[in-house]
Amino acid sequence: MSASSNSGSFRIKGAGRLTPARTARFTFDGKSYTALEGDTVASALLAHGVHLLGRSFKYHRPRGILSAGPEEPNALIDVSRDAARRQPNVRATVQEVFDGAKIASQNRWPSLKFDVGAVNNLFSPFFAAGFYYKTFMWPREAWVKIYEPFIRRAAGLGVAPTEEDPDHYANRYAHCDVLVTGAGVAGLTAALSAAATGQSVFLVDEQPEVGGALHYDTATTIDGQNGYDWAQATAAKLKAMPNVTVLTRTTVFGYYNHGFLGLAERVTDHVAKPGKDLPRERLWQVRAKKVVLATGSIERHMVFANNDRPGIMLASAARTFLNHHGVAVGRQVGVYTAHDSAYETAFDLKRAGVSIAAIVDCRADPGEALLAEARALGISVLSGHSVTDTGGRLRISSMTVARNGGGDARKIAVDALIVSAGWTPSVHLFSQSRGKLRFDDVNQRFLPNIYAQDCVSVGSCNGTDDLAELIDEAIAAGGGSVALAGENRFEWTGGMIGAAEGAGPDTTVKAFVDFQHDVTAKDIRLAVREGMHSIEHIKRFTTNGMASDQGKLSNMHGLAIAAEMLERPIPQVGLTTFRAPYTPVTYGTLVGHSRGELFDPARKTPMHALETAEGAEFEDVGNWKRAWYYPKRGEDMLAAVNRECRTVREVAGVFNGSTLGKIEVVGPDAAQFLDLLYTNAWGSLKPGKSRYGIMTREDGFVYDDGVVGRLAEDRFHVTTTTGGAPRVLHHMEDYLQTEFPHLRVWLTSTTEQWAVIAVQGPKAREIIQPFVEGVDISSEAFPHMSVAECSVMGVPARLFRVSFTGELGYEINVPADYGPAVWKAIWERAEPMGACLYGTETMHVLRAEKGYIIVGQDTDGTVTPHDAGLGWAVSSKKPDFVGIRGLKRPDLVRENRKQLVGLLTKDPAVVLEEGGQIVADPNQAKPMTMLGHVTSAYWSENCGRSIALALVAGGRARIGETLHVPLKDRTIEVEVTDMVFFDKDGGRIHG
Amino acid sequence: MADSGADLANRTLPLSGFHGGSSTVRLEAAPPAERISLRARAEDVAALSSALGVDLPVRPKTSASANGRSALWLGPDEWLVIADGNGGLMQAAKNSGALHSATDVSHRNTAILVSGPGAAAAINAGCPQDLSLKVFPVGACSRTVFGKVEIVLLRTADDAFRMEVWRSFSDYAFGLLAEGAQDAAV
Repeated sequence: MSASSNSGSFRIKGAGRLTPARTARFTFDGKSYTALEGDTVASALLAHGVHLLGRSFKYHRPRGILSAGPEEPNALIDVSRDAARRQPNVRATVQEVFDGAKIASQNRWPSLKFDVGAVNNLFSPFFAAGFYYKTFMWPREAWVKIYEPFIRRAAGLGVAPTEEDPDHYANRYAHCDVLVTGAGVAGLTAALSAAATGQSVFLVDEQPEVGGALHYDTATTIDGQNGYDWAQATAAKLKAMPNVTVLTRTTVFGYYNHGFLGLAERVTDHVAKPGKDLPRERLWQVRAKKVVLATGSIERHMVFANNDRPGIMLASAARTFLNHHGVAVGRQVGVYTAHDSAYETAFDLKRAGVSIAAIVDCRADPGEALLAEARALGISVLSGHSVTDTGGRLRISSMTVARNGGGDARKIAVDALIVSAGWTPSVHLFSQSRGKLRFDDVNQRFLPNIYAQDCVSVGSCNGTDDLAELIDEAIAAGGGSVALAGENRFEWTGGMIGAAEGAGPDTTVKAFVDFQHDVTAKDIRLAVREGMHSIEHIKRFTTNGMASDQGKLSNMHGLAIAAEMLERPIPQVGLTTFRAPYTPVTYGTLVGHSRGELFDPARKTPMHALETAEGAEFEDVGNWKRAWYYPKRGEDMLAAVNRECRTVREVAGVFNGSTLGKIEVVGPDAAQFLDLLYTNAWGSLKPGKSRYGIMTREDGFVYDDGVVGRLAEDRFHVTTTTGGAPRVLHHMEDYLQTEFPHLRVWLTSTTEQWAVIAVQGPKAREIIQPFVEGVDISSEAFPHMSVAECSVMGVPARLFRVSFTGELGYEINVPADYGPAVWKAIWERAEPMGACLYGTETMHVLRAEKGYIIVGQDTDGTVTPHDAGLGWAVSSKKPDFVGIRGLKRPDLVRENRKQLVGLLTKDPAVVLEEGGQIVADPNQAKPMTMLGHVTSAYWSENCGRSIALALVAGGRARIGETLHVPLKDRTIEVEVTDMVFFDKDGGRIHG
Repeated sequence: MADSGADLANRTLPLSGFHGGSSTVRLEAAPPAERISLRARAEDVAALSSALGVDLPVRPKTSASANGRSALWLGPDEWLVIADGNGGLMQAAKNSGALHSATDVSHRNTAILVSGPGAAAAINAGCPQDLSLKVFPVGACSRTVFGKVEIVLLRTADDAFRMEVWRSFSDYAFGLLAEGAQDAAV
């Protein structure tokens, strides 16, 4: 063995596929190392003889690298480029080294080698399965103050980054005829076959290069070519085809309904200096007509005492590090296996010059071909033996070997131990697709059985072990015709699930089943003893398989141990559910473009820029940005609103009503339709007139309100609340299509067609007069609640005489592009006349002064029109409308319902709080009988006092009564009044 | 709606000043157009087609263009009709004498023109539709979603699309297209 350059003394010259000259520097816990391009963090550290990578979750036991792939439960690291670009809990076996990478170990303090938390290991008898459930029960207060903070601090590995992520992420929707996931022999063959038919094909693999098991399996040849080389050549051929998309470093993490798959592509995580235009990751949302699952299988570890020391790893992992990365995992390597695959790793290591201490095979009769090869290489095989313990502190130093069934144990010095308990087919995606598994009793594995979607499993995830069979199966799955011949050296057999010799029910050893959650065989047995008989319960009690690796290595072992305890066959104990994502997906990938301004659309009216220029403060109403108030220099919100309120009533105000929902209702049956949707009667409304309408739901409660103008016999201009626009249209469309399909009427949203400029106040007519053509807007010719199609500044317009302030008022609707020009002209005329711009807050105050309700503020889905004082708007003559039966329900006609009334505080300076509860007797015992609550409360500059609206039980009968609003620190006395506080006779509106 | 040329000076277009794209995608705001939302029953389609001078398509996801007018199928009784400039669509529909509902939505919608070899990929950053030429050929149209907003998408050439969107959603749509265009170029 000779070290190659400075990329680690465990590099083996001539081994692996990395180029010695192409190096990258990185640090691990502050210490600098050299890696080769193509190294994972795991392979790079192993090359330097570093096996200790982290501390375990519960007992803080030293842990190393168990696997060479995404199934890794142990070697979780923190990876950073700079302060803001840091990610915890990255699998060292997946993360590729890039130049300048800063890697840190996790879950240790003060250092990886000396970790205070390791004291947990000594107290482990107290931390058995279910410890948390049993311990943190009482006293109740301790939960909030002690237990939860403690558990939160102790829970979880890694530390989340606190800075904003400066990277960006992309999203792409795609469609294909065939999506093949997994680019090993089976996946590549299936993709070749599918591509040959001309179908559109996606081939997806999570590794940087295609090849799958060919990364480690150097014995297999395809068409006489080295397997890995064949894989690369095949991928290149596929990439060149116009109907094929090959995605590497891309994980199919979810398989959902109707061939919908979620893919996470890691675009820059391996790049030292990624271009600014590149997204860090890209989410692919792919709809595939057919899915070929070629996801392979995952090797299992052996469950025996102290099987978690750094230096113990899966045989296939050691073989990958050797044959792909050119790294020996040790110099004196032990082998403990129940499966043939570990032999081939031992052979490869031995041939590369690594000493093999012994192959310990728990099986009595391993195959003769393997034994012969072992003999030829001079490797001693101890069949019918087991490893019953290991020694070493921060790294394995010895294995204890004993003959099965008892006998003298002996210690053998090793610096690494490779293990294999056989292979678990990766049926995760198949199960996510809702396919049903069957248990293959002979080989002790679950395999795809009943398919729920158009998908097919090929290769080892389907239990197809024979190479020729696998190729035939993959060609058939692709649907094309391809000729391929594969050859491999050994047919693998063997495998076991459950605890190995020396870790049975009669022992108390720590034989780890789930490394990431520190679950031992003993814990699973304890769960069964404590009464958990379902695998779902056992899983939750022990947390086996619940870590971020989702039990890729532990589930089968856990199941077998539980089945043994329960004395039931494995299929009867069941299998836990496989859920997406297959491996963790970053939030960034899922969020994609939805950040900053693209988080949610901010809807702006055509006049937004003009409002901004006038100094408007905006408020969010749904997705809309609405001008809230227009503070002048030195004004706070109250001062601005007071000025605006006063000015509107004294002179006039200009208001942007563009966000108001608008629906054009057109057709010969339009009036009949509105009769059915609103409580009011519309037949009597003449063209050129408008009316305030109330819409109820079937249950009789107020759903929305708005002014409806009749433009022609067959055309209505309906307005809704700003927030209600989409749902009111859907509500109408729903009834039109399902209840009244015979009506000849159509609905179109015109909210955004019109810019709406409201001019309200005594001088409103004077302000708009010069701009309006085609209609006489004198009070006689165009009284309150008139509507006309006319022209404003030469632009076709719809003019409403309408008021939500109680003043003389107009709402000018012009096509939206013209909104700014008309707004500007009107404001230029209005401002010198002493008018103001006003926002939504002033609008709210002015309407409250008049007792006009806001649906959703003064009503809450339990308020009828009668409750709201709008009984006059409910036609008593109509035979039918939505809500007519609801309104007759006994509870809705009962006396003493909560009714909307006015409240005046005894102290006029005190403004009530919206939501404040109302009681009759403030001195009654708690809990008090609450009569209702305050729905709207404002300072009214025009009334010179505070005003409020409230829902109060039997409110109208209480007018004149004194009630109380108890707050935390005081109780406010109020008088119940009617709802109109200003201009009680309503004369101003007709001005 | 009669928009004379002189009126344009008084118009503020929702996407005025917006431009962008990448090395493979060009994004531009479409010029103002006249649009109506047309609703009618099957028996009145022929009369309306003749009055409008464009055959209202009756197959889902299709459109028809003639005489400077395009009719986009949005539903079994619903079309979006777009005309260059001032096409007198409301009057034309009225002249048909057929039962229908025509509503002027010229200013409700605006449009973004997306073109270039990366156009489909850029749109697929937020639109889940299959935009392959086989499934979404030239002339295909669909009312669909783009990120969080509703759009009407029309393919005008192999590598060109018209994205109709309500005006207050247009800067969101443009912003998402810009990111999609960037990703389609890498």
